[in-house]
Amino acid sequence: MSRYGIDLMYPHTHHETNQPILDVAGLAVRYNGMNALESITFHLHEGERIAVVGPNGAGKSTLFKVVAGVLQPSSGEVKIYGSRPNKHVCIGYIPQRAQVDWKFPVSVADAVMMGRSAKLGPFNWPHKKDWEFVHHALETVEMSDLATRQIGQLSGGQQQRMFIARALAQEAELMLMDEPLTGLDMPAQEGILNLLDRLKEEKVTVMVATHDLEQAASHFDRIMLLNHRIVAFGVPQSVMQTNNLMKAYGGRLRSTDDGSMLAVDDRCDDGEHDHNH
Amino acid sequence: MIVVMMGNMTTIINFLIEPLQYEFMQRGMIAAVLVGIVCAVVGTFVVLRGMAFFGDALAHTILPGIALGYLVSGGARNELFWWALGTAIVASLGIGAISKNSQIKEDTAIGIIFAGMFALGIALISTVRSYAVDLSHFLFGDVLSVSMQSLWLILLFGGIVLFVIFAFYKEFTTLSFDPILAATLRLPVDLLNNLLLVLIAVTVAVSLQTVGVALMVAMLVTPAATAYLLTNRLPRMMFLAAIFASLSGIIGLYLSFYLSIASGAAIVLTATLFFVLAFTFKRLKGL
Repeated sequence: MSRYGIDLMYPHTHHETNQPILDVAGLAVRYNGMNALESITFHLHEGERIAVVGPNGAGKSTLFKVVAGVLQPSSGEVKIYGSRPNKHVCIGYIPQRAQVDWKFPVSVADAVMMGRSAKLGPFNWPHKKDWEFVHHALETVEMSDLATRQIGQLSGGQQQRMFIARALAQEAELMLMDEPLTGLDMPAQEGILNLLDRLKEEKVTVMVATHDLEQAASHFDRIMLLNHRIVAFGVPQSVMQTNNLMKAYGGRLRSTDDGSMLAVDDRCDDGEHDHNH
Repeated sequence: MIVVMMGNMTTIINFLIEPLQYEFMQRGMIAAVLVGIVCAVVGTFVVLRGMAFFGDALAHTILPGIALGYLVSGGARNELFWWALGTAIVASLGIGAISKNSQIKEDTAIGIIFAGMFALGIALISTVRSYAVDLSHFLFGDVLSVSMQSLWLILLFGGIVLFVIFAFYKEFTTLSFDPILAATLRLPVDLLNNLLLVLIAVTVAVSLQTVGVALMVAMLVTPAATAYLLTNRLPRMMFLAAIFASLSGIIGLYLSFYLSIASGAAIVLTATLFFVLAFTFKRLKGL
């Protein structure tokens, strides 16, 4: 497995014998002559939790969309359990909250049921078994009591958990979360991070785009430092070194009071703030 | 007292029954209700996906098709449905493709095409001597001249539209709420998007005689928007929208009959009144 120098990036040797859930090789995405992503090569194994960290515009969302099979790469290959992603329904893409219309007239349970649209197939309406999936998913994210709420009435953290429940109802084995912690207050962030632990128990592989280097270091198995290319990828202590961070962020880094590093974004605001009840 | 009330009752009943003695009123009522239901259900997705401008543009774009049919058939009304249907389907897929691959902004591209096509339609119709009357029928509808044959066509194609919406209800809902989810679930996103465009096109063709191309967008969005204000569940929104649209059709035709105003305008004004009432009701409740 030294094909792409993966063994350097992937120190957990006990996974070697498994088929990787995700195998990305020589991936590049170009928009209008610009390279959004280039020479991206890595692989993930079942149940891993990966934080994808990098400045705005580093290509995190693009990477997720290619892995999800929603966007076609300009070159290179993405394989999920050995085959192209565009036939898999086991990839859950959890969008940024601002990307959907929260006034859409559906309840939380309805929105979670959407995750089962593919399993149901055309002409079919949800069966009892599908509702059981939905209720179990809502239980996992601790939102059973909110099942009949209109989605617009949820707080930011609950909206994010609803998306995760939707991916669970989809029976996703790989979840791609695009900045799920952005704009959430601390308790809501804790709620999502605890949920990630529960997902690990269920053998769900998770890739999370985040801005918070400290959280990335403390809650994830490996960190991918991304800025159009993979700057570094590995266990937190090997990735979280000043030279790597400088390479990814340039000068936009400052250390916080407790000595950890914080990426400074060039955008003014992260969007709406959480209104947790 | 009782006698007076009985007298009033008789007056009201007479008031309601009198227009229905005319067959053209019966047919008009049935057409208005059927068209209202179909427009309301399809319109729910038009409203939720923000496609009002597309609907308006599509309705206007079919005018040259109708005009051509009108010239070719020498003014025979029954054949115009097929011309409208064909043009609407071609136009909807064409506009859909432009929105996807446009060099300039999507709404600008649609605006240019729809105004150009609309002008072409007017130009074609203006070559005929009786053009003012006929043009106004195409523009604003003429539900009271609906023939039995047209009624069957409305029933058939309206039924097909409702059936397809029912069959792909959850696919359309998922796609409308979160297109990326639909893509990761490997739903045939392009096919479904085009199918929805075609459904809107068929709805436009079906509604042509009732409200005409210029007022079409009102039937697509007003009842659905009214329902949207009053509920936050999609099936209920469709149901309420259908109720508002049907009532608008019926009340509108009574208004048209007694006040001698154009039928299409009367229907749309009634639908607008429902919207204003719902909007006011919601505002008062919110205070």
